[in-house]
Amino acid sequence: MSGFVLIRGGRVIDPANGMDATGDVLLEDGIIRAVGRPDVPSGAKVLEADGLVVAPGLVDMHVHLREPGFEYKETIAGGTLAAAAGGVTTVACMPNTRPVNDDPSITGYILQKALLEGIVNVAPIGAVTKGLEGRELTEMGLLMRAGCVAFSDDGRPVADSGLMRRALDYSRAFGALIIQHAEEPSLSAGGCMHEGVVSSRLGLPGLPAAAESVMVDRDIRLVELTGGRYHVAHISVAGAVEAVARARARGLPVSCEVAPHHFSLTDEAVVGYDTDAKMSPPLRSVEDRNALLEGLARGVITVIATDHAPHDSDSKRVEFCHASNGVVGLETMLPVSLELVRDGVMTWMDCLRAMTVAPARLLGLDRGRGTLSPGSVADLVLFDPEAVWVVDAARLHGTSKNTCFHGRRVRGRVKKTLVAGRIVFDDDL
Amino acid sequence: MGSHLWNRKHLLGMADLSREEIQSILDAAASLREVNRREIKKVPTLRGKTVINLFFENSTRTRTSFELAGKRMSADVINMSVASSSVKKGETLIDTLATLQAMNPDVVVIRHPESGAQEFLARHLDTAIVNAGDGRHEHPTQALLDLLTIHDHLPLLDRSGFEGLVVAVCGDSLHSRVARSIALGLRAMGGEVRFVGPPGLIPPKAEEAFGARVYHDMEEGLDGAHVVMALRLQLERMTVGFIPSVREYFAFWGLTRARLARAAPGAFVMHPGPINRGVEISSEVADDRERSVILEQVANGLAVRMAVLYRLCGVGGGR
Repeated sequence: MSGFVLIRGGRVIDPANGMDATGDVLLEDGIIRAVGRPDVPSGAKVLEADGLVVAPGLVDMHVHLREPGFEYKETIAGGTLAAAAGGVTTVACMPNTRPVNDDPSITGYILQKALLEGIVNVAPIGAVTKGLEGRELTEMGLLMRAGCVAFSDDGRPVADSGLMRRALDYSRAFGALIIQHAEEPSLSAGGCMHEGVVSSRLGLPGLPAAAESVMVDRDIRLVELTGGRYHVAHISVAGAVEAVARARARGLPVSCEVAPHHFSLTDEAVVGYDTDAKMSPPLRSVEDRNALLEGLARGVITVIATDHAPHDSDSKRVEFCHASNGVVGLETMLPVSLELVRDGVMTWMDCLRAMTVAPARLLGLDRGRGTLSPGSVADLVLFDPEAVWVVDAARLHGTSKNTCFHGRRVRGRVKKTLVAGRIVFDDDL
Repeated sequence: MGSHLWNRKHLLGMADLSREEIQSILDAAASLREVNRREIKKVPTLRGKTVINLFFENSTRTRTSFELAGKRMSADVINMSVASSSVKKGETLIDTLATLQAMNPDVVVIRHPESGAQEFLARHLDTAIVNAGDGRHEHPTQALLDLLTIHDHLPLLDRSGFEGLVVAVCGDSLHSRVARSIALGLRAMGGEVRFVGPPGLIPPKAEEAFGARVYHDMEEGLDGAHVVMALRLQLERMTVGFIPSVREYFAFWGLTRARLARAAPGAFVMHPGPINRGVEISSEVADDRERSVILEQVANGLAVRMAVLYRLCGVGGGR
């Protein structure tokens, strides 16, 4: 959309600038020009936002787009459409594609595809090790030059301590962030849900909470050793939150993200062997969930990210232990996270910060994404904070429908999503 | 036979069953036992009904028991052993059962190595399913036959019901669907369950999950127990090195005559079979006709499975 656009009369919440006030946002040629009570140039197109929250478009730093290689699960086009429908304007996509994003040519392919077919911004995450095999480091410098914003072997941990040390060390040359799927393989082997009362009842092999916390503890020691920037993906257990809290208190460059399913559900959701409640890490105990909520409230957990993991129904309509790990989350991220605000865990400002400027800064996204500061790219979400709706898997926009929130009554609905000033999703159409 | 108490389509696990439902099956089984003592061991009750035994895991005892149960009631019984190779061939579990369902059987008896497989099938398909063992989750007909066997011996223990009865389940309860099902069944009937065995071979949080008291010392665990159930040490599943050796296991957790002396007077010994002699149980205990009721369990298994098929085939006011 060229020219001027005025988003009028909404509740503007911009955590990057500590703003929460009723006002207008003026865009010009896809750039934010002014916020508050700007003078409106004649001929400006007006978007009425009365009763809506106007916020920076959400940034989801943990998404699986599945392309290249698994287009039957999801594509860059379908995944970014789901993002737009969820108010997410930037997705960081994980490298466990086929081929793996461990080479600048793959990064280039993803970005090219995103440019041609993507609906929101795509920021690729490169692999830490070639082929995700945990043996040799990737060309982090060249990958960043090609457009990667961070590194992870997500889906698999970097298990070898020596290699993790090298990764954290070498990444410092480029200020790169290492994102760890924290799991000690010898403790998690064979497990297909959280180890606890429910796994005992269901007779399913469990994955103990210690599998995660042991790895986070180890990694933090390696951060001490190297000074590398370290981020725990989808943190799920109390022990890991504790470890991150201690590390941050000591000023180490350690951060973590939590997925909405982990802070809103527990392993009870697996009862009935529901494979849409199967993911890695698994849904944990009530105590773990409470620790995640406390971590969010205390600012130990600074990012909410979905671990959006689309799977075709054939991968899920099988015996529980054979089912693929993962759930989709882009389209339910906002309303499920807003439950934190209703429940008094977080303020509006903090909750939106965890989905906008906090991940944008961790990833070093350029042109001021995740903020409404004048001069930033006009990525925005307009949502009705009061609209109540029921999640229906069949009505999700992405290619795969494997949500663990099917049937959940939620409050908060995306009305419009704008990327660089252009409306990419409109709930009223 | 109290059939009004039974209106379930499937038998998936003991976790679902109320005390009244369990009692109704036990009563039916007790009266059907008489058929197995006749000279002509066949009644026409299930004539025209079809039972398919679909076994994804090796089994001789349970499969034979279900087969005979169906045949003694005149049902047409088909046995299908699905080796794991056909899973590799690419046919999904749902497809396998959907194919059988198209032939309109009345009941499909399923054993599967994955916990929850039968529950998963019951959710997606219409066929009536009997769970003949799923992974390490449940084996309800085993629990029912165990309860029937215990029930038969209550008078010898000077008892009229399960209330307050102490059953020590000894050995590898972690990998045991038998342990889970009997624990749930006994709890429903008012009995008390102990899980006795080495740490690491007991399900996590067993107290909370099953109301079981946990003992790692065999002598303490047997102290005052009315029934001692030895579980098969599933050597084939011991992949992760839960115990250092069979020798050590037997030295500390083997059921011997000396240890059995700690149990209550009149206490008897059960085992779901097949037994590993000299591993979880000594031969002298296993073969002691005064204390061991292992063969009675087998006979009761047949009667219980007849009762279950009878109920699920919807004869006599079932579903």
